[in-house]
Amino acid sequence: MEPLNALVSLSNFMLIPAFAYGSQLALGALGITLIYSILRFAHFAHGDTMALGTAAVIGGTWFLQARGVGIAPLPTALLALPFGLLVMIAYLLAADRLVYRYYRRVKAKPMIFVMASLGVMFVTNGITRLFMGVGETRFEDGERFIFTVRQFRDVTGLDEGMALRSAQALTITTALIVMVALFWFLNRTRAGKSMRAYSDNEDLALLSGINPERVVVITWVITAILLVLAGTLFGLDKGFRPFNYFQLLLPMFAAAILGGLGSPIGAIVGAYVVAFAEMGITYAWRRVFAYLMPEGMEPDSMMQLLPVDYKFAVTFAILVIVLLFRPTGIFKGKVL
Amino acid sequence: MKKLLLASTALALSAGMAAGEVKMGVLLGFTGPIESITPHMADGAEMAFREISESGLFLGGETITPVRADSTCVDSSAAQAAAERMISSDGVVAIMGADCSGVTMAVLQNVAMSAGIPMISPSATSPAFTTTESNGLFYRTAPSDARQGAVLAGIVKERGFSQVALTYTNNDYGAGFANAFEAAFIEMGGSITSKVAHEEARGDYSAEVGQLASAGGEALVVLGYVDGGGSMIRTAYELGAFENFFMGDGMFGDELIANVGDALEGTVGTIPWAAGEGADLFHAMAEAAGVQGQSSYTRESYDAAALLALAAQAAGEATPAGIAANILNVANEPGEPILPGELAKGLEILANGGEINYEGATNVTLVGPGEAAGFYREYVVENGEFVTVKFH
Repeated sequence: MEPLNALVSLSNFMLIPAFAYGSQLALGALGITLIYSILRFAHFAHGDTMALGTAAVIGGTWFLQARGVGIAPLPTALLALPFGLLVMIAYLLAADRLVYRYYRRVKAKPMIFVMASLGVMFVTNGITRLFMGVGETRFEDGERFIFTVRQFRDVTGLDEGMALRSAQALTITTALIVMVALFWFLNRTRAGKSMRAYSDNEDLALLSGINPERVVVITWVITAILLVLAGTLFGLDKGFRPFNYFQLLLPMFAAAILGGLGSPIGAIVGAYVVAFAEMGITYAWRRVFAYLMPEGMEPDSMMQLLPVDYKFAVTFAILVIVLLFRPTGIFKGKVL
Repeated sequence: MKKLLLASTALALSAGMAAGEVKMGVLLGFTGPIESITPHMADGAEMAFREISESGLFLGGETITPVRADSTCVDSSAAQAAAERMISSDGVVAIMGADCSGVTMAVLQNVAMSAGIPMISPSATSPAFTTTESNGLFYRTAPSDARQGAVLAGIVKERGFSQVALTYTNNDYGAGFANAFEAAFIEMGGSITSKVAHEEARGDYSAEVGQLASAGGEALVVLGYVDGGGSMIRTAYELGAFENFFMGDGMFGDELIANVGDALEGTVGTIPWAAGEGADLFHAMAEAAGVQGQSSYTRESYDAAALLALAAQAAGEATPAGIAANILNVANEPGEPILPGELAKGLEILANGGEINYEGATNVTLVGPGEAAGFYREYVVENGEFVTVKFH
């Protein structure tokens, strides 16, 4: 039973949270990679637009809750997703019309686009805070747990317990479904193929009669879907606070670059690597080893590589190492 | 009386203000992690200033105008800028504040000490102030966490826990409190399995809790604020890492119960408190004035403000040096005890050259600059309410 206890303890404190966090990052990193490969710039406003989309979903949730509409045991926020999606699509398309389209017309350098998206980031940031404030908003309702630590212990009779929260289970399943759907869309549909063609060679795509503005619109719509889903799942899991969404920018970019910018499969792999590295390197392994080691050889130290405070340092280190030694990322994306 | 009038006239001229008006700063974190309690603290302080002004006895009929500014609780540079502004452009002669230990230390060392302005903080509880040399400018009406650490350690031990994990909010207050608790608990024969700092306003605390759980322990002691500390307790409970929790004064608040819920049931904590005639009088006055007297540190704020005004009266002049020199005299024995609502009586005694011993709402006794004696309330959370166990 000892290895089983070790596994349960590890799952409870590290594997499940890391898997959920990785799924949230993956949805975000997919958006970054799509924008990078099709619109050809690093979208710095990603974290803050994610916050704005989530804010819209929260607004919708409050509206539904006030009318007593719900889908218990699932969170009401799922019902409010379409509203958030509409707001997000409208917002991103408006940003494209007002800001990015001009720079596309004048064929501005990628760096100019990045700076423009930085501007959009600040504006979005302000709008979100205007509506939501800077504090924490919790909008999770319905059943909080699939099973709790105590239930798990009672059923299995193990010393260690494990909990699975609804938000975590929801995050992981939704992320998997969305990833599959996205790959199907990119590889099997006409619109998806035209997007890939446009990304591959812009001039050739134009000659083949692909309407570039249409590709741009489709890209923003897909990005909006990914953003709203990622933001809402992150918020359900960890609570909504605008600043935390801004901070997601670094791990999301690290994930996209690590996987290879422009490669969707790379973004997903990169996201899970970043999430497990962040959690694994700052995790205190003592308890796990205490179960696995023979009697009398339990470790005295915490078996922790870095203190918990250094989570972001891990992400930074990954980013630096990748850019130094393999700038194309794991899956041979484009060089940044 | 003539001397008194002369002094106040001189002051009014030198400060270039309208005659008969003394300005005092109220420097509290109106935004930031403790923004939910600071409005009540400011109300408490201003209640004392109003009582003094309306008595007509303060320095021969002068009035006190409070000047509010935001200390933010966490941003030292913003707090220093606010303090500088209230001293140089508003011309305050003393400051009631600041609130959180970190910003209070920054304001004291970088602004107040160079300008020679006395400060009385109602809520800075870091043990560091006890030993910091402030040139006799810094006092506080809340007792030091060195004592709270010992009291809390005693409670934990008394309830039969000898191995505990410890987490604290990563700032001067949290670190000072954690060190005090650790020292006291080890001296009592207990042991700390792990000591982990946590940041405020994070989304996810499972890594911090994972580290504490890995080290084990019979209970988790949380020395932080409602926000981060509450999330730590909720996460620890949900992950099954700990069942029993103890907490310090920063965690006290109705919001905590609303945020954390069931996990809090049976949790024991401490908070500086006052019971007795002074506290009862204060609560009655606060209720009449529409102030939330039961909120954290509202009593201490009233006392801090009253002390500043009484010290000015004892000095016979509302000058920074005069106030600083007389705070200890009016706060401690010997002299006539002064309770809340009796500030006019205190002013009169002082004007006639007598001595007073300000007791106020919290039985104020100052143990020299930077240190106050005080009482703690031990409470337990039962059915979603804070229930008093006893006083220490």
